[in-house]
Amino acid sequence: MTMQDLIVTRLHQVAHARAGDKGNRSNISLIPYNPRLFYLLKEQVTESKVLELFLHKGATKVTRYELPNLPAFNFVLDDALEGGVNSALNLDQHGKSLSSLLLTMDVKVPNDLISR
Amino acid sequence: MAPPTVYIGCGAGFSGDRLDAAIPVVNTLTKKKGPKYLIFETLAERTLALAQKHKQKDPSHGYSPFLEDYLRPILKTCADSGIKIVSNFGAANPIGAAKKISEIATQLECKSLRIAIILGDDLLNVFSDYEIRDHPVIEGLEISDQEIIAANAYLGARPIAEALGLGADVVVVGRCTDPALVLGPLINEFGWKENDWQHLAQGTMAGHLLECGAQVTGAYFADPGYKDVPDLAEVGFPIAEISGDGSIIITKADETGGIVSEQTVKEQLLYEIHDPANYYTADVILDISNVSVEQIAANRVRVSGADGKPHPPTLKATVSIDGGWMGEAEMTYAGPNALARAKLALEVLKKRCQKLETNYPIRFDILGTVSVHSGDMGLDNYDSFGIDGDYRVRIASKGQDKKIVERINQEMLSLYCSGPSGGGGFRQHLTDQIHTASILVDRDKVATQIEFI
Repeated sequence: MTMQDLIVTRLHQVAHARAGDKGNRSNISLIPYNPRLFYLLKEQVTESKVLELFLHKGATKVTRYELPNLPAFNFVLDDALEGGVNSALNLDQHGKSLSSLLLTMDVKVPNDLISR
Repeated sequence: MAPPTVYIGCGAGFSGDRLDAAIPVVNTLTKKKGPKYLIFETLAERTLALAQKHKQKDPSHGYSPFLEDYLRPILKTCADSGIKIVSNFGAANPIGAAKKISEIATQLECKSLRIAIILGDDLLNVFSDYEIRDHPVIEGLEISDQEIIAANAYLGARPIAEALGLGADVVVVGRCTDPALVLGPLINEFGWKENDWQHLAQGTMAGHLLECGAQVTGAYFADPGYKDVPDLAEVGFPIAEISGDGSIIITKADETGGIVSEQTVKEQLLYEIHDPANYYTADVILDISNVSVEQIAANRVRVSGADGKPHPPTLKATVSIDGGWMGEAEMTYAGPNALARAKLALEVLKKRCQKLETNYPIRFDILGTVSVHSGDMGLDNYDSFGIDGDYRVRIASKGQDKKIVERINQEMLSLYCSGPSGGGGFRQHLTDQIHTASILVDRDKVATQIEFI
């Protein structure tokens, strides 16, 4: 594949996600619409890039788990919920909307794999 | 001989879930041949502490406030067609819940409904206040010196299975793990042994997929143009078909909206999971890292590949303590130059709050810019947003002293006559907070009992 085949797009175009909470820890699944994108996303949506995206929320650590048979990823973000339902002053105390924040990340993917 | 397929439907995925959702589930179950169950999951982490507070005010309260709304439309049909009901809607008062169900059953002229109660989750009956505080906290806030409102262990599936084995038509639990509501019936039907980790894992996974109701059938999923869901307003709640070998098919109630697809199942499979290889429950440590999903027909998805490891020697418990007060107040500025007026309102509020000399955390937001995705204290720069618009200024604060939190809210109210031009739509909330901490308790200390009323 040549570089011309790759385009930059937001994760939202190529994957879906759901966020859950436990205490001050958030987990966000990331599921590519096209299973063939799994390895490209594995290269690009790294723990450090996700941590960077959530640093302003107070996140201190991101752990990525891989589920190749689905295929999907599960990101666990420590300290990302301002205390969570226990104490956050954020309107979204559970961080339910954080799945959408993850989907704002830019990725570089082949044009023909964008179709859902 | 063990039956080939067990049908388990879900009628509620949280304490405030759709009240009429169970009706199509029950109608669908009545057409199935084989053992049939209906579960309601109505007990989030802090719901039980709220229930405990209600019980303190009135000893006959303290179970799910929607119990009657959920059960009245379907109880007679369930009783007549042998659909057994398993739920944690007992909350802080399983006995009160059971009495209420019995009362409804009598009114509806259900024939001889046997209602079982599972007791033993309430740790305030097991440990002293000091002993509870002595456990290390694994999740949530430290247990402060504030009053402990509730402390409950997450019971497993065994007592539920036992109650069903004794002939219960309805099983009422207080706190149990959510998947146990499904695993209990499966152990009862298939006789899975305590160390049959692989089957217990499949059953737990089925429970995990059902426990949030329509979250596996297209709800909490729709994203127009990307993930479209037909007739979300009438989304059908899930039904799992489980065989003795542990194979699972997820489907939904007939003649309803929603969708069961590989995508909806994947999202729910990972919901609130941390390490996919180590999901701790009272009955088994579930490993979903090699799970596969397969669409086998419209609205039918097969889920396979869960693995299990021996359950931990401890049970998780949630301790709820008084967490003081949270205040929230809002005011809207709209039309020409609205953002400038909203920013001025924030500036005034910040100065007024400084004057209060409180160390309570206070957050300032302008809704309509970026709020839930901004940092802990809101945005500091609003310049990239349109100057005209419909903006809502929000202030939120927390602390032990209700008066101070009230006073901070009052600063927003005063903007009506003493703030920028054209502010309107003031609303405020003042809520008493419950803090939770998770601890691990020795499972041998937690004795469960089954009672029939």
